[in-house]
Amino acid sequence: MSFVSIRNLRVAFDGVQVLHGIDLDIGHGEAVGLVGESGCGKSVTWLAALGLLPGKAKIEGSVTIEGQELIGAPRTGIEAVRGARIAMIFQDPSSSLNPVHRVGRQICESLRLHRGLRGDTARTEAIRLLDMVGIPSARTRIDLYPHEFSGGQCQRVLIAMALAGEPDLLVADEPTTALDATIQAQILDLLSNLRRQTGMAMVFISHDLGAVSTVCDRAAVMYAGRIVEENDIGRLFVVPRHPYTRGLFDAIPELDAGRARLHPIPGTVPDPRQLPQGCAFSPRCTAASRFCKEHQPDLRAQPQGGLLACFHPDQVRAETKQEVFA
Amino acid sequence: MLRFIFVKLARALLTILLVMSFAFIVLRLSGDPAQILLGPDAPQDAVDAFRARWGLEDPLWQQYLAYLKQLAMFDFGVSMRDHSPAIQLVMERVPATLALTIPALMLKICIGIPAGVYAALHRESVADRGVIMLSIFGFTIPSFVLGLVLVLIFAVNLGWLPAGGQDGWHYAILPIATMSIGGIGILARFSRSAMIEVLGQPYIRTAMAKGLPWRDVVWKHALPNAAVPIVTLIGFMVGALIAGAVVVESIFSWPGIGRLIVVSVANRDLAVVQCILLVIAASMVMANLLVDFAYGALDPRLRSARSGK
Repeated sequence: MSFVSIRNLRVAFDGVQVLHGIDLDIGHGEAVGLVGESGCGKSVTWLAALGLLPGKAKIEGSVTIEGQELIGAPRTGIEAVRGARIAMIFQDPSSSLNPVHRVGRQICESLRLHRGLRGDTARTEAIRLLDMVGIPSARTRIDLYPHEFSGGQCQRVLIAMALAGEPDLLVADEPTTALDATIQAQILDLLSNLRRQTGMAMVFISHDLGAVSTVCDRAAVMYAGRIVEENDIGRLFVVPRHPYTRGLFDAIPELDAGRARLHPIPGTVPDPRQLPQGCAFSPRCTAASRFCKEHQPDLRAQPQGGLLACFHPDQVRAETKQEVFA
Repeated sequence: MLRFIFVKLARALLTILLVMSFAFIVLRLSGDPAQILLGPDAPQDAVDAFRARWGLEDPLWQQYLAYLKQLAMFDFGVSMRDHSPAIQLVMERVPATLALTIPALMLKICIGIPAGVYAALHRESVADRGVIMLSIFGFTIPSFVLGLVLVLIFAVNLGWLPAGGQDGWHYAILPIATMSIGGIGILARFSRSAMIEVLGQPYIRTAMAKGLPWRDVVWKHALPNAAVPIVTLIGFMVGALIAGAVVVESIFSWPGIGRLIVVSVANRDLAVVQCILLVIAASMVMANLLVDFAYGALDPRLRSARSGK
């Protein structure tokens, strides 16, 4: 049985549907990537699961953790899951730490909450965690305030804080987006190593396919509030089948490709208030037929493995090119 | 840090000096004390004697230098009316004023902040809208209107409380209520928006994501951050402890600093007016200094900016 199981999760803000029924399973110890453009619902999926969305959000569907339902659960029930079973780290590390408390205190708070550690025991453990996430001279820096750390180090502190509850699943919501390239690579390494050491599962939310491929076993591609394709990293990267997934790969610059042009996906992400009828990607899709514009494809298991929501998968790339330069 | 304190103190002294110089010049340009104190029918030789007695015939710059010299020796002059030391006249009135303004400040803090925080935590609820409406009501009604309305209701119509004077603790109730209602409204609104701002910050989401109970998120993570802007506003209110009661004291004939300043200005009792302004300026500057130090205690980022780290 999978550890976390999301079924038909739907979220609406002020009557605008932003998540249209997400189904996703996370197994014990598994690392799953969630990929897609900004605003496609990657983060909302997990914020909704943990009850971290503002009160005006209307959430339907089901999220279970080892059979325990989270959607509609009482506040104390969800609070017991947060940090202890599922921990989450966020996009903007510098402003995700409380500026008026020392980092040590913020870590010890989690240690007391989830493991009952206090005083010197908690402090020793907090120093061990800071060491583990690669903060140099943790013993002295534990008493510093967040503004005395760089962005990358703040993210390390946040990771240490997440590890303090010994969670079964770490949801990393674009953890490297706000950091520069070399620091990004270090944080990705750190996350991979920590997963190997602790055996925890990980959900890695990102629009960076490269980052997802280094950290994850499996990835789901999201578009306009739906999962459109899901597969093992190997297969997804070698044979992307949904035109949107292919488009994402075509838009990645290749180091050894010489001076070839990039192939951006034409058009823009649709406004969630005015989603096109039928497949939401059809207005930007070169393979779209009239049928696509009238019917919504379901996410179906494919004979060759993986899941896919497309009526015309595997269309040749040449057509995309024509469209771009037309 | 020492340097920071030194600069702050120097600035405070400079501010007081500027206020006093301004008051000195404006007072002397605004009318002749001899005419007002002695009356329009006073004989010319009495007026001349009075002017000579108080040095009013010297050129303005000489008077000013003499005044500064006095100030430097902590001599605040004597009243032109009854020849008692001005500082003594002023200090006699301070307790009466503080007897109104300190309880009023306590009420503002103890009602305004919890109301604002509650409204922020229950945003868009009936309670929130109620707090917003009441606070707008509170700070848009001028205190002279509110004071008169309260007198009309509680003194004239109901007869529960006295309309003015100072003869027991219940005489203070209406003036304190008049003074605190506006401040409660302002503080409630300010606390509400400070709290809403903080609750939207990423570190609040982090605190929730790590599983803290909502109570701890509010008390340990949100409130300490919302305190910085709220303390600024309280600083203004502390600064107004002595000066903020002029209107209310006049309405309720309360014998405080406010009444004294009204009478002394009308009489052109220069030394007393200058002395009151000095006390008011000093209290405001002190309050500002306290706020500056409170910032350092509340926000470690400001602390390290000061120590030059």
